[in-house]
Amino acid sequence: MPEITRDEVAHLANLARIDLDDAELDHLAPQLSVILESVASINGVAGDDVPPTSHALPLTNVFRDDVVTPGLTVEQALSGAPEVDQQRFSVPRILGDEQ
Amino acid sequence: MTTTVRNTAAEMAQALADGTVTSVQLTELHLERIAAVDGAVHAFLHVDHEGALAQAAASDARRAAGETLSPLDGVPIAVKDVLTTEGLPTTCGSKILEGWVPPYDATVVARLRAAGLPILGKTNMDEFAMGSSTEHSAYGPTHNPWDLDRIPGGSGGGSAAAVAAFEAPLAIGTDTGGSIRQPGAVTGTVGVKPTYGGVSRYGLVALANSLDQAGPVTRTVLDSALLHDIIGGHDPRDSTSIDQPWPSFTDAARAGATGDMTGVKIGVITELTGEGWQDGVMARFQESIDLLVKAGAEVVEVSCPSFVHALAAYYLILPAEASSNLAKFDAMRYGLRVVPEGDPSAEDVMRATRDAGFGDEVKRRIILGTYALSSGYYDAYYGQAQKVRTLISRDFEAAFEQVDVLVSPTAPTTAFKLGEKLDDPIAMYLNDLATIPANLAGVPGISVPSGLADEDGLPAGFQILAPALADERLYRVGAALESLLTQEWGAPLLDKAPALALRDGSSLASTGTESETR
Amino acid sequence: MTTDTLLSFEESLEKFDPAMGLEVHVELNTNSKMFCGCPTEFGAEPNTQVCPTCLGLPGAMPVVNRIAVESAMRIGLALNCEIAEWCRFARKNYFYPDMPKNFQTSQYDEPIAFDGYMDVNVPTEDGGIEVVRVEIERAHMEEDTGKSLHVGGATGRIHGAVHSLVDYNRAGIPLIEIVTRPIMGTRENAPAVAKAYVAQLRELIVALGVSDARMDQGSIRADVNLSLAPAGTGALGTRTETKNVNSLRSVERAVRFEMQRHAAILDSGGSILQETRHWHEDTGVTTSGREKSDAEDYRYFPEPDLVPVAPSREWVEELRGTLPENPTVKRARLQGEWGFSDLEMRDTIGAGAFGLVEETIEAGASPQIARKWWLSELARRANDTGTDIAELGVSPADVVAVQALIDAGSLNDKLARQVFEGLYAAEGTPAEIVAKRGLAIVSDDGALSAAVDNAIAANPDVADKIRDGKVAAAGALIGAVMKQMRGQADAGRVRELILEKLT
Repeated sequence: MPEITRDEVAHLANLARIDLDDAELDHLAPQLSVILESVASINGVAGDDVPPTSHALPLTNVFRDDVVTPGLTVEQALSGAPEVDQQRFSVPRILGDEQ
Repeated sequence: MTTTVRNTAAEMAQALADGTVTSVQLTELHLERIAAVDGAVHAFLHVDHEGALAQAAASDARRAAGETLSPLDGVPIAVKDVLTTEGLPTTCGSKILEGWVPPYDATVVARLRAAGLPILGKTNMDEFAMGSSTEHSAYGPTHNPWDLDRIPGGSGGGSAAAVAAFEAPLAIGTDTGGSIRQPGAVTGTVGVKPTYGGVSRYGLVALANSLDQAGPVTRTVLDSALLHDIIGGHDPRDSTSIDQPWPSFTDAARAGATGDMTGVKIGVITELTGEGWQDGVMARFQESIDLLVKAGAEVVEVSCPSFVHALAAYYLILPAEASSNLAKFDAMRYGLRVVPEGDPSAEDVMRATRDAGFGDEVKRRIILGTYALSSGYYDAYYGQAQKVRTLISRDFEAAFEQVDVLVSPTAPTTAFKLGEKLDDPIAMYLNDLATIPANLAGVPGISVPSGLADEDGLPAGFQILAPALADERLYRVGAALESLLTQEWGAPLLDKAPALALRDGSSLASTGTESETR
Repeated sequence: MTTDTLLSFEESLEKFDPAMGLEVHVELNTNSKMFCGCPTEFGAEPNTQVCPTCLGLPGAMPVVNRIAVESAMRIGLALNCEIAEWCRFARKNYFYPDMPKNFQTSQYDEPIAFDGYMDVNVPTEDGGIEVVRVEIERAHMEEDTGKSLHVGGATGRIHGAVHSLVDYNRAGIPLIEIVTRPIMGTRENAPAVAKAYVAQLRELIVALGVSDARMDQGSIRADVNLSLAPAGTGALGTRTETKNVNSLRSVERAVRFEMQRHAAILDSGGSILQETRHWHEDTGVTTSGREKSDAEDYRYFPEPDLVPVAPSREWVEELRGTLPENPTVKRARLQGEWGFSDLEMRDTIGAGAFGLVEETIEAGASPQIARKWWLSELARRANDTGTDIAELGVSPADVVAVQALIDAGSLNDKLARQVFEGLYAAEGTPAEIVAKRGLAIVSDDGALSAAVDNAIAANPDVADKIRDGKVAAAGALIGAVMKQMRGQADAGRVRELILEKLT
């Protein structure tokens, strides 16, 4: 029976960059376990010979021409920014490394 | 006859064409109606008085110059707050986007503007379209105009309630697992989910990209058809949009309105009836079937065995895609930024913001989705769900070889009370049982009011599903049923909705006279 | 910062065998971005080349650039890859402020090109050229990220920065990632193989015309993966990935360094931490970045906003017809045409100058002249300054121009070197530098004559010797005149004048 522990929820919340407090963790884990149990019914329903569907309609090869089209003005681009400096998005110090 | 907010959009369009009302008058009427009732209904998150009136004035000027842009030019409309509107706040019902004003219009919105419809404002919704009751809006729930203590459905409860309460003759909704159709059912209005790819998703803030579709929310089938004709069609900005011409849905609705169902084969989906479905809902459903048969349709039962797994597949695919879609809300470029004490890093700010800015249901689904996609679990969950999707599509294909349309009640129950299912996520998810399969397979669906349930006097919906690309069948059969039912009732169903107390103490009775247009 | 212990290169190879993997990212030179119509010009004002799609605004959607797909296919074909009949884009999910969506639209288990190879000409330690077949696992399409400026820290690097400023102009520019299979059996030539692979790949990319492929501008980037296993076992050890390898020289040095570092750890009984490291060209070491482990689970799934790419076989064959000549065949042909010996060829390749020499010859120089300048003055300069020979600021056209000035008598070799100095300092074109610095050879006999007279007057003994018939002594006087003329004289003409006056 699939169950999701509090620790697993904490790990997932970390991956999803959400800072869940203890109360939230306590609250969410059992709810998620219940949901997971009901969706786990999906296991074994489709045999190995059934291909997955990622798109309802079988479109392929949708492209655009390599031409420049108008975008946003700088003001528009920065309009929602919580903080701007030197025409760039100002963000707090970054800990991790680029991938 | 004076035009009032109780007219249909088609009637309003006719009145505009006849010159018996102006768009400014129409828009003012609706703005007044909103002012009068929306305090109680809370369908709107933002009302754009100035903008709507300016657009209405422009419409009147165009009409005077003989340059109307479309059959609905000048008829006002409300837009679900999940579509971007340049210059108007777009919150998706979430705190994390409180005050965000997009710098661009969704294609659907651009088409509405190009067709001349004044935009009244943005309607309430479950946060990021996750929900079936609009109770998960960060800005408070919307109330069902039929009973203000009840939910209007979700996630598009705002659009449905606005239309049901005559605050707008038309609205745009979005449907990922039933978010247009189910609110339609519980508010006694019409809602359509087009074939996947039939309406552009550019500017539709994504919940589940492979399931979402924008569509019409109206009081009549003809109104939906008129609106669908305007918003549908290929968009080069949306790689998943269908690049082929669509037939006129308006024509299909008009053809259907004769009520003649000769030659139409209807399939009742076995798995979507029976135990767990409210008696009153089933009764109205059966009556509708009987009416269609009397009108010449042939009805058979069709089994779609994999539909029993649809809910599970949906609640794996949706959270997976959503968890990725919502990653962009990280306080760096727009939206809420919560800065914890001390010397926080960007990561700290992201975590704090997302914890403060997302509600419980969103957090649940993000965690679930992250889980379903994680290494080690992908094949068992997301991978499996995508396979079940194939089975569901196959069931539809097989069914449509036997029948022209498939039908079911739209939702298992009528509108439940606010708060009733909030603590039980699974109970909430079960509202989408009948609507989810269509999203998984990409086929189009419509909900048409089937009447009021005996036990509570609340509306129920009749769902019609058609093969992918055959949206016109929805309008033909839907219009026919609507016509047959309205004849039985003697008047539109919404006439039976209780009058809402207006802010000024009076009430808008269904047969009485209205305050004169000014 | 602790200094890593290194085992000597020789000892490292006695005990261990290296295996390398090279991941090269190529920024395509398309007019517009991978998934939107924003321009891709280098050096624009920040955030002036963005739109809802590449800025990751809610609701925005991607549409695939056809030319980027073509370029990906051409790169794949040039690398002898299979081109997928059907493939998809996938989301690589992780959070980083330079990524507007906090996922990168890339390709995961369905790359557009796969199972290829490149036969690399490697100048080996023993002085020859070895052809090493590097197998290509895949080439796939993805999008670039924005750029961050880190503010407030000591070095402008991320550590110690107070905050960062992000520019999304680069976000969404098409990238092709080319990944090799583990390259094994190279032993002491590992560093040279890595360098030669990147250099030759770069040439191929430039020949295809799909990218500027400049390491100094970041339009081609190499990440070096290295692991060691006990000698002779043929196994694969724990690998580290090294980033920030910004020149061909760095590629070679980084491989060598990591080999020695791994060897020291393994030799002392330790184990290698699987991590990402940063190369520092100034200090010649790698430092620890972040742990490259499962902690960052990318949760790949097919991109639902895009539809599959299924290139028809007709399209593939059409593109195959646009490929440039096979590099190995081409090199052999050109060696013949140019008349280079094997050693000269090896040296040219070893200096990373093959493409430059080729372009210089195309621009009008003779093969020997082209080789002369690139392998002497320019290769020396590259070595002395630790710069890639392609990034000195000297173009093939410049070399041709300088030689033309020499041929016309305006410059000699010594003066030409000063012109190159001017080019390194970006002072202008060769003609402009000659003018600015006043380098032209003086051809005015009057001035020369005066200088000769001065030299004769200042060196009476030498003058006497010459008068006596010891013509060879003219050399000293020539030197004196050249000094007066600051080298800007034709030595031959000076000698003539001296002899005229004294004999």
